[in-house]
Parts: sequence; structure tokens; C-alpha cells
Amino acid sequence: MTLAPFVILLFAAFVGYAINLRAAQAIRADGVRLHSLESFHGLFSLLMVIVPVLTLVLIWLAVEGAVIDALLMASLPAGVLDGLGSGAIQLIGAEIRSIAGGRVFGTPDDWKLEAAERLIGYRQASSWLLIVVVTGVSAGIVYFARGRVASGFRARQRVERITLGLMIFCAVVAIFTTVGIVAALTYETFRFFQMVPVTEFLFGLNWEPQIPIREDQIAAEGAFGAVPVFLGTIVIATVALVVAVPVGLMTAIYLNEFAPHAFRKTVKPVLEILAGVPTVVYGFFAILVVAPALRQFGASVGLDVSGNTALAAGGVMGIMLIPFISSFADDALSAVPQSLRDGALALGATRGEMMLNVLFPAAIPGIVGGVLLAVSRAIGETMIVVMAAGLMARMTINPLDSVTAVTVQIVTLLIGDTAFDNPKTLAAFALGMMLFIATLVINIFALRIVRKYREIYD
Amino acid sequence: MTDTTPSEGRQPRASAGEAVRNSLARRNRKQMVLQGFGIAAIVFAITMLLILLTSIIGNGYHAFTQTHVELDVFIDPEEIPEEGLPRGDYDDVLAVAMGTHFPDVDLSDRIATRELTSILSNGAQYILRDKVVADPSLIGQTISVKVPVSDPYDQLHKGLVERDTEEQFRRLDNDAIDRFDRLDDLDLVSKPLNTGLITQADSRFPELAGLKGALVGSFWALLTCFVISFPLGIGAAIYLEEFAPKNRWSDLIEININNLAAVPSVVFGLLALAVFIGWFGLPRSAPFVGGLTLALMTMPTIIIATRAALKAVPPSIREAALGVGASKNQVVFQHVLPLAMPGILTGTIIGLAQALGETAPLLLIGMNAFITSAASSPFDSATALPTQIFIWADSPERGFVSRTSAAIMVLLMFLITMNAIAIYLRSKFERKW
Repeated sequence: MTLAPFVILLFAAFVGYAINLRAAQAIRADGVRLHSLESFHGLFSLLMVIVPVLTLVLIWLAVEGAVIDALLMASLPAGVLDGLGSGAIQLIGAEIRSIAGGRVFGTPDDWKLEAAERLIGYRQASSWLLIVVVTGVSAGIVYFARGRVASGFRARQRVERITLGLMIFCAVVAIFTTVGIVAALTYETFRFFQMVPVTEFLFGLNWEPQIPIREDQIAAEGAFGAVPVFLGTIVIATVALVVAVPVGLMTAIYLNEFAPHAFRKTVKPVLEILAGVPTVVYGFFAILVVAPALRQFGASVGLDVSGNTALAAGGVMGIMLIPFISSFADDALSAVPQSLRDGALALGATRGEMMLNVLFPAAIPGIVGGVLLAVSRAIGETMIVVMAAGLMARMTINPLDSVTAVTVQIVTLLIGDTAFDNPKTLAAFALGMMLFIATLVINIFALRIVRKYREIYD
Repeated sequence: MTDTTPSEGRQPRASAGEAVRNSLARRNRKQMVLQGFGIAAIVFAITMLLILLTSIIGNGYHAFTQTHVELDVFIDPEEIPEEGLPRGDYDDVLAVAMGTHFPDVDLSDRIATRELTSILSNGAQYILRDKVVADPSLIGQTISVKVPVSDPYDQLHKGLVERDTEEQFRRLDNDAIDRFDRLDDLDLVSKPLNTGLITQADSRFPELAGLKGALVGSFWALLTCFVISFPLGIGAAIYLEEFAPKNRWSDLIEININNLAAVPSVVFGLLALAVFIGWFGLPRSAPFVGGLTLALMTMPTIIIATRAALKAVPPSIREAALGVGASKNQVVFQHVLPLAMPGILTGTIIGLAQALGETAPLLLIGMNAFITSAASSPFDSATALPTQIFIWADSPERGFVSRTSAAIMVLLMFLITMNAIAIYLRSKFERKW
């Protein structure tokens, strides 16, 4: 049933295309010169049908549910909803919907059964109405478009203007996405800060969102202090970078200057595999192999390594970031002009000296840009830490301890619970806001460094 | 020249040369050290990759087979009456069938019977039920069925349970192992290919859990993602590359797209949760919402790839087309775009492969629910491959470790295939101008 309007729409569009094409061909067959090619007359009809009617169908489907719900609630017998809270009313709505879906539990009240009948009726009426409207509007547009076919009609210009409009719309979707992210985060964060003071969130040292908080205790001291969570992210990201930066840089230096061509050609794609492995796989690798190995190693040297040690999560994340850093450093090294290499070698430097004293310093800005992008990756990375890091927020910088991270808290706070009215879920959005701002600032900064540096040599 | 005897005045020069020559070994050694570090780094990275792959494959291959036991079951009309077929005591019938091989077990003793039937998977009775419901004439006959064994015995048969560890540290006591060995000696135990891994949906019992629901969910999500992000991405890229005037607005859009490509995926999940589910009221756990979210994430990738592909088409093509009287639109849609298509498709497939492996945003919109049937439309609740991996990785049963690894192998297989197609497309259709 939901597919029917789309099928009708497509059918109408093609019919319109064919009718206009025929009409234009007929005019031409009479020996009259057309302003636009026949196919443009056809396309004019096609686009005129698809754009407005598709918009109509999508809007219809988007608001249909809300309208039907409102109608349903309004049609319930007077008095049954009196004195019920919004939660209970929602529950009744859900029960009626499930009855309408054929899942009847127990023996519901008669008025609920009737309401379910009505709901089915509304839904059917709505989809039939939509089909009728789509058919009618499409037919009207096809008729209108057919009327425009004439030798002097500038169909090409019309078609091109419509396609340009469509393309601009596509480009603007990217802006809408950003606006959507900012709006959603700001709105929910704002609501969070109405319940929990900003200063407590930013500077509080105690993070215990899982503790149920009584109404009058919402701003209970220490419950939503995010500092330990931020600290955990910093610890894990640091471990990741300690692994990824030296390994990535050394890899890039070797591949860029010393490796034989064939070696470079095989090793680079193999390293890229590391970047293509989904993060959930790394997370599983961390709990299956790395964490037990670290634990065992720690036990053998007499160290107490926690099961969710930051070392496991950070180390595995570091492995993931190796190809990221090495390809950025490789690009930066390759971007250094050949004249600098030649000059250094001509002065008698060994290739190693040329690399360390000339190329590497010249490439530093590009490398720093790459490392900064890796930092933003590391703090935004979710699955590895969700699976391998801990849940308890602690004030510690010891990487052997179990620490938590911003992304871990976002996921655990939101899994399974969707009530948007308590500080627990809203806290996730506040954390998300922090994450978004941090990564955005780092990215803009890093891209600027990379771009500026490129300009120096171009 | 070398024959001339060095004069007194040249002496210090020779010693400078000497100094260089002497230091050369040291400098070369330094270079060797640098190279050594480089090779060590590469070896480290590749070793890690190998450990990752071998640990996944080493654990995962176990899940591609499943231990079954073959039983001759008498479909007792007393227990399973023809009327009201789906009901009936299939469990008892199976217990009787097991009992024929264990005459020493008293079937009226419930605890002993339960211990005996614990060899069989919890799903065995349903397999039998489906068989009988499909063909009621089986009632009263003795049929031979092959049913999966439960997880601990599966592990035992695959050699993953150490028989010589002390009894109290094992999940199976000595009697249980003896019973299973007796079945094994009777040649009733087999280990066929585990087709259930692909044909069954999720289950609480590892021996019954399969990936069908996740595969279907991922399919719907990717389809939605493709249908939305492909046209939008191409449209946006063409506009920005070919039509957009160089002004503040197009700059803004461009910076925007570059930044979107670097926004952490979990933030897209927050967007989807607040906007799609919270404000628009779309259903939770639906692959459609997942696909919508993934589309927003994939769009920047497609836009960037499309712009690169459009840029690679030489201006001479455009000029030639314009020269014979094509309009700007005709140039783009009839000449430039078809020539750029291989590059665009390559970028799109790589973007979709990334989307297939994406987990965090799907977790936030609830695609980690426990769902035991495959979704029949993109609006039904479902899981996706990566979220299924996440769920199984969290499950405590021993059997889920190998299931998780097997699911990862399936996911990686899809990713490798998609990337191979992309590489093939690129090498086959790439044109050097």
C-alpha cells in the first residue's frame, strides 16, 4: 500500500513524458521548427510530475501518523482519558495500535477494540485518499504540461532550470545535515543545562549518571561532573597516539625514501586494510586477544592490569590509526619539492640525513595536520572503547586502570532508554555536543595547517 | 692525477677527506638504524593485522560447522495428537528417542531425563514440530531426524573443552561426557556445514543463532542509504563542480561537506535519535532510519569522489561539446557525467562499504534489539551485521565467541567483495587522458 503512490507517480511521469514527446514529434512532423528538442518537451512533463508530487507524497507520509493519532485520540469515548498522565495516554495509544496490528493480549475493553477498528479504517482511508490525490494531481499536471507543448515553448530552458534547482537542493542537504546536528545537540543540551548547572557538568569531578535521582535532587552534587569522562578519553587517545604516531611516521619515512618500488606497492595496500576493518571488529579483537594478553603479561611482571584497561582500547585504536598517520605523513613527505632532496644529496648528505634533517622538518606542518586529524578520530572513535573500555568514570591517568570515555557514556546512556525528559539521556547529548565541538575545532585547525602548508610549495 | 705526489699544502685537505671517510661508516650506520626502525614499524603493523585475522579466523571457522545428532524418533500419537498439531509434547518424544540409546536412564525420573535431553539443543523440539506440522502423516511412524546438539556438547565435540581439566572447572561433568561419547561411538554424531548460520535469525542459544536477520537488516539499510545518498551526492557534486558560482555560499557548502566527512559517527547517531526518532516519530530499530543516517554519513564521501571524477574529465571534452552547440546542461549530463561514472561508482561502492561496517549510529537508533525473525520491510525492527556482532560479542555463552568471529568473517567477506568490485571497476574503466 505504501508503494502504490510511488508506482502511480512513476507511471504518470512516464506517461507524461511519452505524451509530450509524441506531441512535439507531431508538431515537428508538420514541418514546424521546434524551439527545443522533442525530448525536452517530454522531460518537462516528467519533471513537472515528479518534483511536486514526490514532495507531496513524502510530506503526506511524514505527517500521516501524527494526524491519524490525533484523530484517534479525539475519537475515543469521552471520559476514558480523564485524569491520565501523558505516559498512560501513550500506553493506551500503543495498545490500540497493537490490537490493530492483530496482536491482542488478554481481553481489552470494548472501546479499545472499537478504536482499533477505527484506526484501521483511518489508515485505509488515508492510503486510499493519498492514491486518489496522487492520481488526480499527476493527471492534472500531465494535462497542463501537454497544453504547453508548442513550437515556441522554451522547454529546454525550463528543464534546465528545474534540474539546476534540484542540484542546488542536493547541495543544500549537506547544510541541512549540519544544521540538524547543531540544532538537535543544542536543543537537548540546553534542556540538560536547565536541569544540571553548566559549571557542574564542565568542572565536576564525579560522574555517576546511573544512580537514580529523585525529582528534588536532580542537581545532586557530583552526579554529572564530566571531568573524569573527558580525562578517560584523553588517556585512551594518548595511548592510541603513542602507538600510532611513531609506527605511522617510521612506516611513512621508510616507504617514502628507502623502500624498493615493488615493496612499497605491496605494503601500502596491505596497510590500508587496517584502515578498512570496521571498528566493531577492532573492539572484538581488543576483548578477545589484546586485553587477556595484557592481563597475562601484567600478571607475569607483577602488575595489576584491569580487564578493561585503557591500554587495550587505546592500543588497538592506535593500530587502527597507523595507516591514517602513515598516509598523511607519506603525502606530506612527497609534497616536499624534489629540489630540496637533490640539494641535500648534492651536499653529500646520506639519504638518512637528508630525510631527518631536510625532508622531515620541511614536512612537519603536513604531518602535524595529519596527527591532529588522527586525534579527532581517536576522541570520536566509539565501538573500540564501547567494547574494550570500562563504564565507571574515575579520576585516573593510569593507563593500566579501567577508564571510560565520552563516546562510551553516550552509547551506554542511550541504549534502551529513550525518554527525552530526564537528565540521564540528555547528558548524552551534552557529551555529544562537547565531542562535536572538540572534533570540529581540531578538524578546522588541522585542515588549515595542511592547506597553508601546501600553498608554500605549490 | 692520482699518481701525483701530494704536496705539503694539500695535507690538511686529505685529512678532511679522511675525516669524512671515517665518519661515513658511522653516518651510514645511522641511516641503517633509521631504515631498521622503518622496517620494524611495518613489521609491527603487518603482524598486528595478521594476529587480528588469524585470531578471527581461528575462532570463527568452528562456527561454520555445527554438531548434530541423528535420532530415530517415534512420533507417538499419544503425545502428539493429530488435532491441534502445533501443540504436543515433542520434548517427550525426543526424550524417548534418546532413551533407546541409554537403557540405564529411568525416563520417569525427571532430573535424569532432563540431564539426558540436555545434549539436544533447545530448538530440537521445534525442528521436529515443523517437520510434523508440514507432513501430519508422519504421526505414528518412526522417522530419523538430525538435530543440533546444545552449545556445551558442540564445544566438546569440536575439541574446545579440555577433557583433562578437573571436573569442577568444566561446564560438563564426567557423566555428561560419557553419555555424549556413547552417542559418538554409536556413530550418531556428525558435524555438517552450519547452514543455520545464514538461514536462521538471532537466538539466545548459540547453536541456533544465525545471521539472517542481520543480513536482511543490513540489506535494507544499505539499500535505503544508496537510494538516498547516490542521487543527492551526485547532484550536489555536479552543482558544486560545474555550476556553482564562486561565492560565499558555495564556499560555505564546501567547508560544510569537508567538516561533515570528519564528524564522529556517534554524533550522526545522536542526530538520528533526536531528529528522526524524537521529532519525526519514525520507528526505532528500523533499517530505514539506519539507512537514512548512513546516507547522511555516506553523502560527503560520494560528493568528494564524484567531484574528483568530474575534475578528471579533461576540459577539451567540455569545449568540444560546447563548440558543437550543446548547452551547459547537455555537456554535463551527456558527456562529462557518463565519462566520470566509473570513478563515481568506485567512490560510491567504497562509501557503501564504510556504511556497511558502521556500528555506533545504528546502536543509538536501537538496531541492537533482540529480534528472532528477519525484517520483511525496511520499517520492521531489525539488526544489522555490525550490531549483531556487537550483540554476540556481549553474550556470555562460549559458543558465541566463535559465532561472533564467524559473523565478522561474513562481514569482512562482504567488505572485501565490495572493495574488489570497486578496484575492478577502477582498473577496467579508468581512462588516462
